[in-house]
Amino acid sequence: MSDETLHELDVRRQLCPIPVIKTQNKVAELAQGEVLRVTCTDPGALNDIPAWCRINGHEVLATEEGDLEVVVTLRVGAPSVAL
Amino acid sequence: MSEAVAPVTRPSADPLQRRAIALVSGGLDSMLAVKVMQEQGIHVEGVNFFTGFCVEGHTHAIRKKDKDKNKRNNALWVAEELGIKLHIIDISEEYKDVVLNPKHGYGAHLNPCLDCKIFMVNQATLMLNKARELAGEKGFDFIITGEVVGQRPKSQRKETMPIISSESGADDRLLRPLSALNLPETLPEREGWVDRSRLHDFSGRNRKPQIELARRFGLEDYAQPSGGCCFLTDESYSRKLADLWQARNERRYELDDIMLLKVGRHIRPQPHLKLIISREEGENRFLEGYRYQFTSLTTVSCPGPLALVDGRFESEAELEQAAAIVARYSKGRGDESVTVEVKDPGGVAREVRVAPARPDDIPKNWLVA
Ligand code: SF4
Repeated sequence: MSDETLHELDVRRQLCPIPVIKTQNKVAELAQGEVLRVTCTDPGALNDIPAWCRINGHEVLATEEGDLEVVVTLRVGAPSVAL
Repeated sequence: MSEAVAPVTRPSADPLQRRAIALVSGGLDSMLAVKVMQEQGIHVEGVNFFTGFCVEGHTHAIRKKDKDKNKRNNALWVAEELGIKLHIIDISEEYKDVVLNPKHGYGAHLNPCLDCKIFMVNQATLMLNKARELAGEKGFDFIITGEVVGQRPKSQRKETMPIISSESGADDRLLRPLSALNLPETLPEREGWVDRSRLHDFSGRNRKPQIELARRFGLEDYAQPSGGCCFLTDESYSRKLADLWQARNERRYELDDIMLLKVGRHIRPQPHLKLIISREEGENRFLEGYRYQFTSLTTVSCPGPLALVDGRFESEAELEQAAAIVARYSKGRGDESVTVEVKDPGGVAREVRVAPARPDDIPKNWLVA
């Protein structure tokens, strides 16, 4: 994923489900194929963001679990119905 | 219709397939409501509303002792189980008016369940209308909830069901698959989009029919309904919220306020002063994040909790009183004196040396719980 634009989202200190909501809203602004890196401190995000991606058709490229931070990298899938 | 085409291979773009928005809380009832619709070939997508009071992951993420629990968002998990899309909507700002001024009043605690339901169904109705505007027939046709007549004393009585339908603006586009046979026919039933005879007549607080239906659908792992959907049904939480309003002389809150009510030990030694004291490491880390917004206290001569000060010290004596309380919950509680660091939100710190409070220095009624 070397020459793709990498978008960043910082949701540190935000608790579930806010990291998911912010990811969802950010993804809505991005085009299919773009890559987003989400940095969180709520360890729940490690389950929730990938689950949200699977449900809504986005690809999880990587998840990293550090001591204090969790990083989820995803590739935006096909646009969803306008709800 | 020919049976030759297996329903699974029919894409959801099938022009004949009707589409429903489901209110998904993460509990069993909404899960079953979706299943009942899917069984009838309806395409379902879920919405879940974040009010700020949701019991979800938050506390699990904060408290270390819950570390082993599977930290998952129930609504997301349910959506994945059901194979539906889920839109999580942050309504925490608009929701304040529901909590502060519920037209239909509160339940047993500060839970404005009836107004809450009306609000949520109304939000779903607005989404439905917008989707219809944008996508016409490819939008959504109706809304479903997992409501069951008579299940909740306030919001789910037989008389309140039509109130929710009409005041939300959803009218007869709102279908409750689990209780439909106890209620008047709705649009999807009249139009034949769903077969009324295959809907249910659940009512009352008995959960047996739900558990039986879950078994029939092969659902085994689901959130137990005991917890309720939000902290507003919790007695201790509601008391903390009421205390906050009383201390501030006004009924208002910010998202941070209601988050902080979910963690720590809350002690009010003065009408204008409350201490939020962490009970373990996870809470400690959570409260750390608020040190730039609140004055904080922590013991330095021995390991101890972190405490945030909600309010302002009006004298040195008040500051020392607070420090003594914090010292009481530190490892140095048996020592003659303990050094406590007091840091203001700007990061300016100083130290005070105090004798830890003894148990009877902290009267029971200071504890907000
Ligand atoms: S329990 Fe909470 S979320 Fe559920 S209806 Fe009542 S107020 Fe709304």
